[in-house]
Amino acid sequence: MKNRLKVLRAEHDMTQADLADALGVSRQTINAIEKGKFDPSLPLAFKVSRLFKQPIEEIFDDKE
Amino acid sequence: MKTDNFKKKTTNNTINLAAWTFAWLAATAFARFGPMFIWDISNTTYSGLSIGLTFLVGIGMVLANRRFIAGQDELQKKIQLEAMAFALGIGVVGGLCFASLDQANVITKDADIGIVVMGIGITYMIGIIVGTLRFK
Repeated sequence: MKNRLKVLRAEHDMTQADLADALGVSRQTINAIEKGKFDPSLPLAFKVSRLFKQPIEEIFDDKE
Repeated sequence: MKTDNFKKKTTNNTINLAAWTFAWLAATAFARFGPMFIWDISNTTYSGLSIGLTFLVGIGMVLANRRFIAGQDELQKKIQLEAMAFALGIGVVGGLCFASLDQANVITKDADIGIVVMGIGITYMIGIIVGTLRFK
């Protein structure tokens, strides 16, 4: 699944570690999501959505 | 929107698990070698007590492991689950093959449970390493 996590993180001037800390996950998980190697669960996707104040579908794109 | 400090919690859980694992290892060594070096092998009371202690400390280790897994994030849990599935599969398949080889006298040594446990441990470690590298 494609996502805009890296772009949003850069816009908010956050490191992967900052984002991991804000979401309560490991930095490895943020890295894996950004690279599209791991799809987050719905609760984690909602956390990302709330953090960046954007709808989930504008952050995550399930189209191949 | 700052959540609890995940890193600190994970570190504490890891230290807790390491301490329980070390305690269990020490208790196992005590129960195993005690009858040989500390008390007489005919003293079954001491042997029974030391094995009981090993069991209790083992339960502590299992609970610490549960806490460790519960404290991990979703990717880490996925890696753990896949490694455990791999280790369990190898443990059952490999362990039963090993026992069959012993029963059929294909191998000269007895099928020692320690070797199966060691195999499970090594497989689990490989599973964790492969899983970690896969999501890097």
